[in-house]
Amino acid sequence: MATAEHAEHADVNRRDFLYIATGAVAAVGGALAVWPLINQMNPDASVLALATVEVDLSPIAAGQAITLKWRGNPVFVRHRTPAEIEAAKAVNPEELIDPLARNQNVPEGSLATDQNRVVGEKESFLVMMGVCTHLGCVPIGNAGEYALVEGSARTGGWFCPCHGSHYDTAGRIRKGPAPENLAIPKYEYLSDTLIRIG
Amino acid sequence: MSGHPHSQPKSALGRWFYERLPLSDLTSHLMDYPTPRNLNYWWTFGGILAMMLVIQIVTGIVLVMHYTAHVDMAFASVEHIMRDVNYGWLLRYLHANGASMFFVAVYIHIFRGMYYGSYKAPREVLWMIGVLIYLVMMATAFMGYVLPWGQMSFWGAKVITNLFSAIPFFGEAITTWLWGGYAVDNPTLNRFFSLHYLLPFVLVGLVVLHIWSLHVPGNNNPAGITVRGGQDTLPFHPYFTMKDSFATVVFLMVLAAFVFFLPNYLGHAINYQEADPLVTPAHIVPEWYYLPFYAILRAIPDKLGGVVAMFGSILILFVLPWLDTSRVRSGTYRPIFKQFFWVFVIVCIGLGYLGSKPPEGAYVIWARILTAYYFIHFLVILPLLGLLESPKPLPPSIADAVLSRKKPTVPAE
Amino acid sequence: MKLLKTLGLAATGLALIAGAGLAAEGQKEAKDVSYSFEGPFGHFDKGQLQRGYKVYKEVCAACHAMKYVSFRNLADPGGPGFSPEQAKALAATYTVQDGPGEDGEMFERPGIPSDRFPSPFPNDKAAANANGGAVPPDLSLITKSRAGWYGTIEHLIHGIGGPEYVFSVLTGYEEPHGELKAEQPEGKYYNPYFASGHWISMAPPLVDGQVTFDDGAPNTVADMSRDVSAFLAWTAEPKLEERKSMGFATMIYLAVLALLLYLVKKKLWARVH
Repeated sequence: MATAEHAEHADVNRRDFLYIATGAVAAVGGALAVWPLINQMNPDASVLALATVEVDLSPIAAGQAITLKWRGNPVFVRHRTPAEIEAAKAVNPEELIDPLARNQNVPEGSLATDQNRVVGEKESFLVMMGVCTHLGCVPIGNAGEYALVEGSARTGGWFCPCHGSHYDTAGRIRKGPAPENLAIPKYEYLSDTLIRIG
Repeated sequence: MSGHPHSQPKSALGRWFYERLPLSDLTSHLMDYPTPRNLNYWWTFGGILAMMLVIQIVTGIVLVMHYTAHVDMAFASVEHIMRDVNYGWLLRYLHANGASMFFVAVYIHIFRGMYYGSYKAPREVLWMIGVLIYLVMMATAFMGYVLPWGQMSFWGAKVITNLFSAIPFFGEAITTWLWGGYAVDNPTLNRFFSLHYLLPFVLVGLVVLHIWSLHVPGNNNPAGITVRGGQDTLPFHPYFTMKDSFATVVFLMVLAAFVFFLPNYLGHAINYQEADPLVTPAHIVPEWYYLPFYAILRAIPDKLGGVVAMFGSILILFVLPWLDTSRVRSGTYRPIFKQFFWVFVIVCIGLGYLGSKPPEGAYVIWARILTAYYFIHFLVILPLLGLLESPKPLPPSIADAVLSRKKPTVPAE
Repeated sequence: MKLLKTLGLAATGLALIAGAGLAAEGQKEAKDVSYSFEGPFGHFDKGQLQRGYKVYKEVCAACHAMKYVSFRNLADPGGPGFSPEQAKALAATYTVQDGPGEDGEMFERPGIPSDRFPSPFPNDKAAANANGGAVPPDLSLITKSRAGWYGTIEHLIHGIGGPEYVFSVLTGYEEPHGELKAEQPEGKYYNPYFASGHWISMAPPLVDGQVTFDDGAPNTVADMSRDVSAFLAWTAEPKLEERKSMGFATMIYLAVLALLLYLVKKKLWARVH
């Protein structure tokens, strides 16, 4: 009697093991098969290839700015005049609407001093996302109440026409509904005149 | 159908839902479905076909996320999929070779039905829905092949859509309407894209009707005799779910062999050249699963006649239940029919071979002979066989056929 | 019995559908060359791909575009095996068109990795005019869009013969004699391997020793042809190595799963037989 029960028990074990093993193998295969279906929606190689862009700074004279497209968004690269830099440095970051640097190249939580709005010692160039932090419009350069006024011209500063946000000569929000300073993406200097963004 | 012992859910939430939508009745119906115990592996191809339809729809949907249906960008978008999209090459090769394997399975499934008399009463509607499924598959695959906009995509589309101009009176107008212009061009590509996305879901609906109309009388079986009682059947789950799963995985091995090691074997090299409306390829050939019909089309010297013969060769399948006069279903017990069945299979393969050859010389003569035989098989041989053949005696029941070694003593019904 | 019959029929069917190894339109069957990437375990020879790239760049690129290949692909796994820096440097040796600039005009700049290989001509008409009326085909997919031979069985055993076709055309030029010479069209050359009839508009592009390889490999016409046809096999199928290795793993997996399911089926059905 005991042997028959034992045999039956062993038989059940073997049978269950086979079913469990088969189910496990099938499940693993199912997961492996599903992965390409999900991964194909991730950025493809041609998109990733455009994830970094190199910008030659030498054609940009002082007081000039260019706008380029990077990862689908505009990036402002501005060659600031000494006056703009001085005006930006004269501001106490703790009195700003947004006191944080919002710069991917400095530690998180750094204050929005002018030094923290650029990379290293290279304060002449300001590289920022041209996307208003309110609702995403593209701000207009050399405009707004925090641009420097020289006669009838304005230099530096940005003004967003959609809902009236004013940014200063370091791209920090000073007036208007935008909650944050213009974001500064990851970038590095490959030479004095060449940066790589992203 | 409510109150089935298996399907009543146990939890309170389950019961709440069941009272409003008794879904579990459907699943338990399918799982418990009494299936003849003598089914052989030829019966696994229905399930294999359902799986292939799912694979085609899933791979198709993800491919469309990256494809652009415009004549200037279609070919490049497919190359983008092959080169840049993560696993794009795999999805594309799965979809292209999946289509071929879909047809391998459907031809085996159809020939199974023809051999075992699965089209006979009371399964005529089941059979006719199947023929309709086959027609929709052919339309879907035809339009899908146009989408990569290679040389064969374009010229195959041009040749086949031009056939409609053979229709008397309305032919030209219909063709212009189909094209959306005066030739195959961007409007044609875009509407083919729309319909190629639509028809697989029409197929899903047809498959539901197909399975429903199967479940009314129940499955046929290799002996072709009707189920008499519980001892003749087994519940679909787990006996046939596991058997079908095994067969499906073996089938997937064949698909994988093509996808990973012979991904372009079943296609045409020239389709890797972008479509050029001004340069006709030396040989315009459709995909292999159309070759027999292509042979029939070109066998008839008259344009309209060729079109009629080609469509006729498929439409004749609709009336097969009434052409075959035999009272015995399964070829197992019809020794003369069996021979003619295999001859018919060889004729179909022969027509396929001829469809791949240029329409000249001996090829044309043989195509005409085999085309004539094809129709003679349906219109002459099958009706006469039923009346003249003496079938072998049938076993008394399925259970007897499977389980016992008794010699069958009951004469044919 | 039925299974044997069916297999026999399938074999007959295949054999029937297989034609003789004749090619279309009098095209001579390509010479069968062996490549490292053939077969279920094939893979590219990086050195060969790099030599082939050099042949493309120094000889073929004068007339033939390769528009579906990007410079960054040269650094992709399963390819010639350049480093990303080398690919960037190679890209910079090319000039690509960009724009419009701020002045509304198109301009030229050095290539970057994300650029595609530029075409030597602005459009097909310009390409035809510069080449006696014939457009030099784009080479990105040339080895997948040509068949070296025909026949269902042949394709199964020897492959479709695309790379072999390219090799054969490059090494297959002959001096026409007698009748052939009499009917030689203006500006065309005799090549029996060419798919569109045996008069080809392209002059023999290679001579022995034309390209010197950094690794000192031999550079006869046959060697260069072998290398460039292998390179073009990669441009047509950059995912070949990944495909075959995934295929191997998949077949093993499916075989194991099939065996398990078979055992499950047998176990279940044992109760009822």
